[in-house]
Amino acid sequence: MIVVAKTLFILLAVMLFFAPLLTWIERKQSAVMQDRIGANRADLFGMTFLGLLHPLADLIKLLAKENVVPAEANRFLHALAPILSAVPAVIAFAVIPYGSSYRFGDFEITLVAADIDWGVLYLLAIGSLATYGAVLAGWASRSNWSMLGAIRTTAQMISYEVTMGLSLVGVFMVFGSLRLTDIAAAQDTTFRLFGFLDLLPGLLPAGPGWLDGVRLPAWGLFLQPLAFVLFFTCILAENKRPPFDLPEADSELVAGYFTEYSGMRFGLFYMAEFVEVVVIAGVMTVLFLGGWSIPWLSQQTLIGGVGSLLGVGFATAFCMLLHVACFFAKVAFMIWLQMLIRWSFPRFRYDQLMDLCWKIILPLSLLNVFLTAGGILLAERVGGGG
Amino acid sequence: MLSEYLGVLLMLGIAVLLTVGMLLVHLYLGPKRDFEAKLEPFECGERPLVSPRQRHSVKFYLVAILFVVFDVEAVFFYPWGATFRETGVPGLVAIAIFTLPLVVGLIYEWRKGALEW
Repeated sequence: MIVVAKTLFILLAVMLFFAPLLTWIERKQSAVMQDRIGANRADLFGMTFLGLLHPLADLIKLLAKENVVPAEANRFLHALAPILSAVPAVIAFAVIPYGSSYRFGDFEITLVAADIDWGVLYLLAIGSLATYGAVLAGWASRSNWSMLGAIRTTAQMISYEVTMGLSLVGVFMVFGSLRLTDIAAAQDTTFRLFGFLDLLPGLLPAGPGWLDGVRLPAWGLFLQPLAFVLFFTCILAENKRPPFDLPEADSELVAGYFTEYSGMRFGLFYMAEFVEVVVIAGVMTVLFLGGWSIPWLSQQTLIGGVGSLLGVGFATAFCMLLHVACFFAKVAFMIWLQMLIRWSFPRFRYDQLMDLCWKIILPLSLLNVFLTAGGILLAERVGGGG
Repeated sequence: MLSEYLGVLLMLGIAVLLTVGMLLVHLYLGPKRDFEAKLEPFECGERPLVSPRQRHSVKFYLVAILFVVFDVEAVFFYPWGATFRETGVPGLVAIAIFTLPLVVGLIYEWRKGALEW
């Protein structure tokens, strides 16, 4: 029962709240950035709510459109491709923790739909399944534009999959686990920003005492800054969002691999893209932004502090709400960042895209692995943390 | 524990039901007015001159081969990375020996021009 509730909560939050809202945010943010007004026409009894009804109107419109399948297309694969594209995007959210574990008397609850011990691998595996949807869509349509889009997709997605995996290795090394709940919990603490100065004893004059008091949250972003940049780039390219939208490139390939799709079948590709934006934001939050943790305020301190005033049960519930709110606030921030990137940069050329992957990100992520290894060994030698 | 996977199964079930359901509703609600020109693949109003299913540039196949090599490498990195604090220096030496031929291979491909698009 608990599992059902947890699964439904995250599904509803993502599919009914974030993804539809995103289609609106994307239009509005692009409009603001391009000095336009943006979607504001769909109304209910004359009220437009700033255009917030557009996602609903879109859904109804797409459901009521004709389903056109090209005469020479493979009808079965043509129907299967949008499902293969949308389902992996949705189920990736199963392993992302949106809160810590909380204990109410004998009852313990961990806020994640499926607490798998190889969660990161699950994410990467599910992420690469989405390639099949795009490739089959292009192949089954039997159209030149779709085919070009499908080939570009294949090469782009498999290239970035390699670097996406490699750039994450440093993160596992720091947190010592593949389980996403462990990774998130490991970030619910702080580390000394100037701790690395312990490595050079006697070389520097002793700094002022307050330097020791400067502490940062032990987030992946601060422990693995290079991995953050590399992984974020790769995961954006994996989702085929601009500036990496070469498989769809509307100005050259019409719409790439889903040129021949109409109605709700097109809608599923569209939905998959926006659900993936939320998944990316969730993954980035858990791995690099501390997941549900509140900076400088660990779960123990919070429950202890509030619990001494108002009782432990209340404090735990309060802490749970605060953590979930904190998680979704960070997710919203990452979504905003992605939208900003999407509307700020022009599209790459295909050779630039491939060079970026194989010549820049791949060597850098290998370098990051060995730098991290050296860093951890040095830190263990002096007994400092991180 | 297999019960951990219940959430995944549940989500998979809901996702499949939802997507298939939406496609079925769409098939039922949408109009059906087919005629020959509408069923042609999109090609700026022309009939397609060439079939899309022909040979493609060898570069795409090269990328696929590189992918196999490096993805397998990445998979070997995961368990090592997750247990790095236990294996320590011997583990690091082992993975360095494992990585060296791959780095040499990468440099070779680079110099040979396999990475030029």
